[in-house]
Amino acid sequence: MDFLQTLKIALRALRTNKMRSFLTMLGIIIGIAAVIAMMAVGTGASYVISQQIASIGSNIILVLPGSTTSGGLRTGSGGAQTLSSDDAKAIMAECPSVEYAAGTVRTAGQIVYGNMNWSSVIMGATPELFDIREWPVVSGRSISQQDVDGAVKVCLVGQTVADNLFGSADPVGNIIRIKKIPFTVIGVLDRKGQSPQGQDQDDAVFVPLRTAQRNLVRSQRTGVVSSIIVKAKSEQLIDKAESEIQALLNQRHRITNSKEPDFSTRNLSEILAVAEQSSKAMSLLLGAVASISLIVGGIGIMNIMLVSVTERTREIGIRMAIGAKKNDILLQFMTEAVLLTLLGGVIGIILGAGGATAVSRMLGWPTMISIQSITVAFFFSGAIGIFFGFYPAKKAAGLNPIDALRYE
Amino acid sequence: MNSVISLTDIRRVFIMGDQQFEALKGVSFDVAAGEFVAIMGASGSGKSTCMNILGCLDRPTSGSYLLDGLDVGGMSSNQLADIRNNKLGFVFQGFNLLARTAAIENVELPLVYAGLHSKERRKKALTAMEQVGLTGKENNHSSQLSGGQQQRVAIARALVNNPAVILADEPTGNLDSSTSEEIMGVFSSLNKQGITIIMVTHEHDVAAHAGRQITFRDGLIISDSRKNPTAKTV
Ligand SMILES: Nc1ncnc2c1ncn2[C@@H]1O[C@H](COP(=O)(O)OP(=O)(O)O)[C@@H](O)[C@H]1O
Ligand SMILES: [Mg+2]
Repeated sequence: MDFLQTLKIALRALRTNKMRSFLTMLGIIIGIAAVIAMMAVGTGASYVISQQIASIGSNIILVLPGSTTSGGLRTGSGGAQTLSSDDAKAIMAECPSVEYAAGTVRTAGQIVYGNMNWSSVIMGATPELFDIREWPVVSGRSISQQDVDGAVKVCLVGQTVADNLFGSADPVGNIIRIKKIPFTVIGVLDRKGQSPQGQDQDDAVFVPLRTAQRNLVRSQRTGVVSSIIVKAKSEQLIDKAESEIQALLNQRHRITNSKEPDFSTRNLSEILAVAEQSSKAMSLLLGAVASISLIVGGIGIMNIMLVSVTERTREIGIRMAIGAKKNDILLQFMTEAVLLTLLGGVIGIILGAGGATAVSRMLGWPTMISIQSITVAFFFSGAIGIFFGFYPAKKAAGLNPIDALRYE
Repeated sequence: MNSVISLTDIRRVFIMGDQQFEALKGVSFDVAAGEFVAIMGASGSGKSTCMNILGCLDRPTSGSYLLDGLDVGGMSSNQLADIRNNKLGFVFQGFNLLARTAAIENVELPLVYAGLHSKERRKKALTAMEQVGLTGKENNHSSQLSGGQQQRVAIARALVNNPAVILADEPTGNLDSSTSEEIMGVFSSLNKQGITIIMVTHEHDVAAHAGRQITFRDGLIISDSRKNPTAKTV
């Protein structure tokens, strides 16, 4: 018996009970839609995370003043003044696995241009910072070593600050007041977007580190920095760089075994792990929905196929009496089950793709539905038909033709 | 002698739990090509049991069965399916057509399992429907046909694959007497074209169409007579 004929018979059987066929498919539809959505959210989230890694810069280690976070309730972390510009220079000079190290200070304050004013983050930075963060200027020039050494009163503005103070005009060359001190704008930074913590990274003004240390922040000692950002030479060297930094700073700060360190290090992968975890949780949830509804849907298919076999016992008897082999009957009912799940799968793929597109639009992600995930979903729904359709089909094929013909 | 069917000492024992029932207790007969045999007997005498064995739907507990010279006894269920498909045609009391299916598609069904292409199927099915006088009813579904017409469709389906034997178990049992006559007319004319027919019936006037009558009682043949012994030589 040719397959086209088998397909025709199966289609006719499904059309005879349209409503029942549709309700039977529902579990598969929901399950496959969830599979598609899950894969789209998964790839979308990892895309966004990789974008954020790129926005911060890769292979980053943060050195913060104060005790380690694992030390319990030590509020000193980040607030203490234990790190200096010299520490940053030493890290860059003496740690072999480190490519760049940049000390920064951070404060917040009012920025005024003409009659416009804007409250923003003010960062003191060295030229290395912009290498580490892979953050170029789109107009003007970046901060130079001479700016830092001479404590020149120049600044770079982020896109958000530029938009709010200057509108569409070019800020370069204009003078703005930061905490009432006049600074010349020398450049505008490229747009960075949100950090993994959801902060707008473009809402910031950068001034030379020494300028900031002298004029904008108050400290007990000269050369204090609020953090050091380090870039390791490669991803493989992050852990090595971290221990080199710890060893060096322990030595410089005369930390012995009995004394707790007055700094802590954190690498970016720890920070990103949090973001990754929440997207994983979302995928897991969708995965659970998918597998439950696929199993329930599959059992529904099996149930309906068993009903169908019983209803059509006489038909099976007729077919056998006329020359159908066990395999012909098996194939007929398998085809019917697989057709049901494939049809459900296709509807599910359409719904899932639609849903995923809507969600990614809402979150501002690019749509991430791959041909691969559609293919996987399609064949998976077929596999469910084969798995759950086998038992009923086997039952049909195993019927005794005489009994089947007598069945009322 | 040219035997299409040769049964030798066929026994069939049904086992139901710890009870046994011997429905056929040693049945032997031969049927020659072109014969029209009526099997008679009281209800429960084993006629249908015998027909099921003849039709390769059931296997005897013991005894041998040669169909068209082939020993059916040792065949696998797939081989039996092939035998049913190309050597046998069935006509049942209850018509047994597929519901919601056009008459012509019912007739084509054996050819579908034989693996014929649709063009060839259609051609053969149309010829078979013409033979039973159903031209013009090809696209009617069972529900749009009378009992007599449904049975004609069933006969067309039985003869479409050019079988060695057509087996009919009480084919007129669900029909009124005038329709029965019509159907018997169809069988008679098919037999005249040389088709071998074995038919179970209760009714003597129906059996009168057959050239040979075999009577069963309690699982045994009690008589085997030819209406006109000179017509065919055994
Ligand atoms: N599958 C079966 N299981 C048990 N007993 C059966 C079975 N089929 C038939 N019989 C018994 O065998 C006997 C002959 O049945 P059957 O051949 O159908 O009679 P009939 O001559 O009326 O067609 C009956 O007594 C019936 O009850
Ligand atoms: Mg009977």
